[in-house]
Amino acid sequence: MSKRIGMEVSIAAAEAVALCRIDVAAVYPITPSTHIAEHLSSIVSDGKLDAEFITVESEHSAMSGIMGASAAGARAFTATGSQGVMYMHEMLPVASAMRLPVVMAIGNRAVSGPLNILNDHGDIMMERDTGWISLFAQNGQEVIDMIIQAFRIAEHKDVMLPVNVNIDGFILTHMVEAMDMPDQDEIDRFLPPFVPYATLHPDRPVSMGTFAGNDIYTEISKSKDAALINAKKTILQIWKEWEKLFGRKYEPIESYRADDAEILLLTMGSMGETAEMAIDALRAKGMSVGLLKFKLWRPFPFDELKKAVKGAKILTVIDRAISYGGPGGPLGIEVRSALYDESSRPAIFNYIIGLGGRDVTPEDFMTILKSSASQAKKKAMKERYVIYGVRES
Amino acid sequence: MVNRKWPETWQEVNPGCMVFEPGSASEYHTGTWRSQKPVWNNEKCIKCGICYIFCPEGCIHEGADGYFSADMDYCKGCGICAHECWPAAISMVEEG
Repeated sequence: MSKRIGMEVSIAAAEAVALCRIDVAAVYPITPSTHIAEHLSSIVSDGKLDAEFITVESEHSAMSGIMGASAAGARAFTATGSQGVMYMHEMLPVASAMRLPVVMAIGNRAVSGPLNILNDHGDIMMERDTGWISLFAQNGQEVIDMIIQAFRIAEHKDVMLPVNVNIDGFILTHMVEAMDMPDQDEIDRFLPPFVPYATLHPDRPVSMGTFAGNDIYTEISKSKDAALINAKKTILQIWKEWEKLFGRKYEPIESYRADDAEILLLTMGSMGETAEMAIDALRAKGMSVGLLKFKLWRPFPFDELKKAVKGAKILTVIDRAISYGGPGGPLGIEVRSALYDESSRPAIFNYIIGLGGRDVTPEDFMTILKSSASQAKKKAMKERYVIYGVRES
Repeated sequence: MVNRKWPETWQEVNPGCMVFEPGSASEYHTGTWRSQKPVWNNEKCIKCGICYIFCPEGCIHEGADGYFSADMDYCKGCGICAHECWPAAISMVEEG
């Protein structure tokens, strides 16, 4: 039986990792994911989890360490954020190319410069193209659930890819929430021991991470792309199974009062719950608004997006990151691209909000939705994207 | 079915591009990269073995007569042997 707990989300995340009976963790603590590392380290040093906790000297080593462990057949985990993710960057595409099913929790944080420790999605968006499965949690419960699901997804024989779970820094990592913590028996049934595709073992020699020249690199890249696209099927299956076991439903795009809505808001991460309040308030005033929340960022849920926006007149995409000098926020750019070929599609607006930890309130979403509606009436958005709330002279 | 050293199509790529055959890198002949080859002048050679020690490819071997030569299947023509040979017994010659 699950236990109802009141706990800081980072502590709960570490407890969830322990429930997964990992063999190896290699972590270099960095704000705002530090508590995950600290608590996991305590669990191991207190003898509650039979695992190796490697205190590495950098995030590059943390990622390399868990990759080596995974290649040797261990279930391996790390946690980081911001500069830490960027320091790992070199190893991230290697982990996915080598099809190592490691799991990483990211306490999402703005990247330098200027130096900032607060939340936005700038860190993960820079790692968008590294071939990892990428999940976004909107509350503490989803953090627990997604971390456990992540190991199952990553290690599945039809997937064999690394997974990152995105947890909004401070807004989620440091929040004390009421959550259901599954018990060990339940997780042991859901997550069987890791059976690797191949391991580094002297009796059964294999080479991993070999050189590949221009004669084969293209074919390898195609196979990696196909693996990521194909992973969605398994993710959906595992989420169905989770729902059956724990009663909590997971979808690539979760919708809230969106079925008949003319105006849709699309968010990622913890903004989803804030946005629900704005939708309720505007619905109470008779405005036909609804909310979509992206849970599965990679592989990108094309079919689910097309289905979710069907019939809507306006789609307002909220980004917590920016592609400087580019066509907008990463989510806005990709949603536009994904819907471009549709014969009928909503007018798309892209707002960038909450950079470097600036507060995002229900009132902000209400202002944005009203503004999208009035711009759509005039049949033109003045700019391709808007950095919301920026002070101007 | 042609016996291929590596996969032809993307569907044939092993997950993670893993190679299950040990030592298969020796089937890849890096000698094709070479534009210059080392040529030994054994009249100058003092059989010190410096070329053998410094060869980064490990493709220089000592013959029964104590003189050295490179395995042209693997010699990339980097010229390190010629650079290190202090009696100047090795010269790098353009491949014709």
